[in-house]
Amino acid sequence: MTARLLEGSEAIAEAMIGAGCRFFAGYPMTPFTEVLEHMARLLPGVDGVCMNAESELEAIGMAWGAAATGTPAATGSTGQGLSLMQESLAEITLARLPLVVLNMARAQGDYFQATRGGGHGDYRHIVLAPIDVPEAVELVSLAFDLTFRWRNPVLVFGDYYLAHTAQSVDFRPPARADHDLGWALDGRSGGSGQAKLVSPLGGFKRKDQSGYNLATHYASCAAATAEMVAGVTPLADVGFIDHAEVVVVAFGTPGRYVRAAVRALRADGVPVGYVRPVTLFPFPSEAVARACEGARRVAVYENNQGQMIDDVRLAVLGRSPVDFIGGLSLDSSGFGIAPDLDVQVLRARIEEVFTK
Amino acid sequence: MTEHDGLNIVPTGRPPSIPATLVRDFTPDLIDVGTHHLCPGCGEPVAMRAALEVIAELGVVQRTVGVFGIGCYTAFSNNLDVEVLQALHGRAPSLATGVKRAKPGTFVFTVQGDGDMVNEGLQEVIHTAARGENVTCIMLNNGVFGETGGHMTATTVIGQRTKNTLEGRNAEDHGNPILLANMIAGLDGSAYVARGAVNNAHNVALTKQMITAAFESQIARRGFSFVEILTMCPTGWFVETTEAPAYLGDNLAAVHQIGVLKELARA
Ligand SMILES: Cc1ncc(C[n+]2csc(CCOP(=O)(O)OP(=O)(O)O)c2C)c(N)n1
Ligand code: SF4
Ligand SMILES: [Mg+2]
Repeated sequence: MTARLLEGSEAIAEAMIGAGCRFFAGYPMTPFTEVLEHMARLLPGVDGVCMNAESELEAIGMAWGAAATGTPAATGSTGQGLSLMQESLAEITLARLPLVVLNMARAQGDYFQATRGGGHGDYRHIVLAPIDVPEAVELVSLAFDLTFRWRNPVLVFGDYYLAHTAQSVDFRPPARADHDLGWALDGRSGGSGQAKLVSPLGGFKRKDQSGYNLATHYASCAAATAEMVAGVTPLADVGFIDHAEVVVVAFGTPGRYVRAAVRALRADGVPVGYVRPVTLFPFPSEAVARACEGARRVAVYENNQGQMIDDVRLAVLGRSPVDFIGGLSLDSSGFGIAPDLDVQVLRARIEEVFTK
Repeated sequence: MTEHDGLNIVPTGRPPSIPATLVRDFTPDLIDVGTHHLCPGCGEPVAMRAALEVIAELGVVQRTVGVFGIGCYTAFSNNLDVEVLQALHGRAPSLATGVKRAKPGTFVFTVQGDGDMVNEGLQEVIHTAARGENVTCIMLNNGVFGETGGHMTATTVIGQRTKNTLEGRNAEDHGNPILLANMIAGLDGSAYVARGAVNNAHNVALTKQMITAAFESQIARRGFSFVEILTMCPTGWFVETTEAPAYLGDNLAAVHQIGVLKELARA
């Protein structure tokens, strides 16, 4: 297929449909709105359903219902909308359902919400953070594969830059694995004596008067989570680390600016390296630790007050000091268009780390 | 061994040789166990039984997905022989929407309580009705959060004593009850709306007719169908089990009146 020039929001919509997504529900909020618009336009053409949900609470509920039928489904929002969805996201995970969730975030303040699980209970989501439009297309495909393989929601962490940057993308047909859908509901097991149950409280009908047994269900969910965490390959993008004295860590679209600043410094002979976690959960701790091995200091850029820095500190385990060179940087609307994302600004902050 | 000499045998019509009737013998096919752990005198199992009997009678067992809310009735999500999707408290109508839209061939109904539907998830059922979503919502209205032990809900009638309206609900402090079926009937998009009750045999039969009409409305794709069922909750009402049916008739049904509120003409 030939490359096409597309805005991120449209490319993400096309990638979802290419990956098999046939159900989408959403409620407008910038910059998620743009993805919703494209899904509303594109899904009917492939016999899919796009619901203009009356609220994020209902968007996640509709996606939950569709997911329970085994239909590849997705939803999403931006910050506040994701907060509204957390109760359901937690329970969907305990019901072991596949679902792709987009957080088209404003800046990067939702790192904790995404990686720690913003809802109640003991669960984990796989979190993927693309740097640009072509990578978003790849990661959206990966998200659908992972969510069906592990029967666990997968979050794609995007932002305004990703939604609104036009880049040339090459859509390759995704390698689609066949996943077992024996658990999915369609009514047909009714009357068999073994009618199916999809529930956050239990994986099968106990068919007795004592109801659910949460001790055994939560234990089996925990075992599935452990298997998933061990089975998902953490991904990282690593560059310029040969003899690096300082290594800079950043994720998502700000990674492009940080990488450009590191490249410019290297061109001037400054020994600085770069690591970008692509999977925020599971966090690529080993790759970060290895990249930072010989470094005197590690610097973390995030467009927030410092959240991923905790994971970086855990990865380097005190072997080198970790400095924060980020900070919340916004436009007046709060969309996360960051004045700080300027190669000169980032260069200066990295150079300052060298003086320590 | 004591000899029972001279014991007078009380005569019976037939010799005592008829086998015992087991609970299983009068349990509907689609309910897997003959016993449940809801309170004696609870109205919810009666309503569940009626719904499950109608599903069997209409022959939709193998395309049915029941979506359950959270309340005492949630116990049944674990032991029905129809497929079940368990939702969160209040959220069943949007899950039902997702199932129906993704698989239009399914027959989809929700089971929710007044706390679940009228308190926690009111907007869900209103939106689903207004959208004309071709699903059926069943609301078991006992005027309390039974599960939490008898607290006031949005349908609790004025004067009703609950754990958090000790001297009875009064409008000044606690607001007025919402008559949900009446509200839904007023929305374009609802095709069949009725309110039944299970406090006596006549009302059980009437309610079963209402469930049948609602389910047939879904099968005929007429839009949203809704049956509110007044159910006894002797535990949460703090009345004797045997007095609960009369309490329902005198108090709940006096405000939430029984009857068919809307029925779109059959095509
Ligand atoms: C979000 C949330 N809030 C509160 C609860 C606690 N809770 C469980 S059941 C219930 C009330 C159920 O009332 P209703 O739907 O009327 O059912 P009933 O028990 O009366 O049958 C409540 C408040 C919950 N499970 N989830
Ligand atoms: S508390 Fe009320 S609703 Fe719950 S089982 Fe007991 S009688 Fe039924
Ligand atoms: Mg109730």
